[in-house]
Amino acid sequence: MSESRKVLIDPLVDNNPITLQMLGICSALAVTTSLLPALLMCLALTSVAALAGAAISALRHRIPNNIRIIVHMTIIASLVILVDQLLKAFAFETSKQLSVFVGLIITNCIVLGRAEAFAMKNGVALSFIDGLGNGLGYSVILIAVASLRELFGAGTLLGYPILETVANGGWYEPNGLMLLPPSAFFIIGLLIWGIRTWRKQQVEKPEYQIHAVHRTEVF
Amino acid sequence: MDAYVSLFIQSAFVENLALAFFLGMCTFLAVSKRVETAIGLGLAVIAIQVITVPVNYLIYTFLLADGALAWAGMPNLDLSFLGLVSYIGVIAALVQILEMTLDKFFPKLYNALGIFLPLITVNCAILGGTLFMVERQYDFAESVVFGVGSGSGWAIALIALAGIREKLKYSDVPDGLQGLGIAFIIVGLMSLSFMGFSGI
Repeated sequence: MSESRKVLIDPLVDNNPITLQMLGICSALAVTTSLLPALLMCLALTSVAALAGAAISALRHRIPNNIRIIVHMTIIASLVILVDQLLKAFAFETSKQLSVFVGLIITNCIVLGRAEAFAMKNGVALSFIDGLGNGLGYSVILIAVASLRELFGAGTLLGYPILETVANGGWYEPNGLMLLPPSAFFIIGLLIWGIRTWRKQQVEKPEYQIHAVHRTEVF
Repeated sequence: MDAYVSLFIQSAFVENLALAFFLGMCTFLAVSKRVETAIGLGLAVIAIQVITVPVNYLIYTFLLADGALAWAGMPNLDLSFLGLVSYIGVIAALVQILEMTLDKFFPKLYNALGIFLPLITVNCAILGGTLFMVERQYDFAESVVFGVGSGSGWAIALIALAGIREKLKYSDVPDGLQGLGIAFIIVGLMSLSFMGFSGI
């Protein structure tokens, strides 16, 4: 029990796929201009990651090692097609907004990375939980970034006005930069800074140490 | 001709795959520590992109699109839901072929690229290029130009970032921002400056 709990909880902060493992960043940046598409994307990715983990783990003794990447890709692609068709059927408008990014879950490194690193070595249930955990870790970052961007970029959350904008007779002047691509980079960069200040062990060692020069040394 | 030049400029700069659509970010951040490897990977991505976009265009138009199988006597068949599997199959196969060709005829370049070559399969810039081509309904010539343009744009951004990060090694970055954090901030600034191109 404790192991599966650790596998589920670890990716949330301590081993977060985006801020530490550097996986699945593309979609994290692209779909976060507002909260609703981000939520759908989280749902899609988490279900694909969990199901792909379980499926690959169930087949792990039968997949020949030298063609495993192609087999993984096929399994993941089939799951993504399912999700894509479901989204088109039940949330057509939002799926248009997500445009190519649902398809790009196939090449989302979280899914393939966890399949390689975890599902090939562990049982079905544990791999399912690992996929779920990593999907949730991804979702945490996505939801944080998307809430910030929608709140300050448009003054709304999920389309409901929170900060009344000037255009609607309120007081809030929306920050247009928040809706543009660069802001996503800044927010994730600052988020990483925050997390690493909180969890010191994640700090990367600099390649060159800068020698602190005291004034007395120079003269 | 004008249309093709402007499509090239647009796909390489204004709609830069890395900086405006965030595609291929994982490799973009992971491989941008040295300029030499960045150049090698950039060239490989251009090569793959130039081949896969037109090939996937042909597959989409003659096999998968609604009514595309009319030449085979099946005008009511719509296989477009099989798109994702076929595109990724084509990409994986082409990367494999390129790898074998390079290994046989250009062993030097092959050794320089090393592990990055197979990794191109899971680079979302490649699959993304194909999906944009389908979504925007380019014709064959346009898809070739789009392949060249988007590949070069990605390579330019990668090499520029690698150059900046090489200089950055000698600067004093706050502990928590070290590595990945500062890379994100730099990419944000680069993306801000690339937005200037949309004024052209």
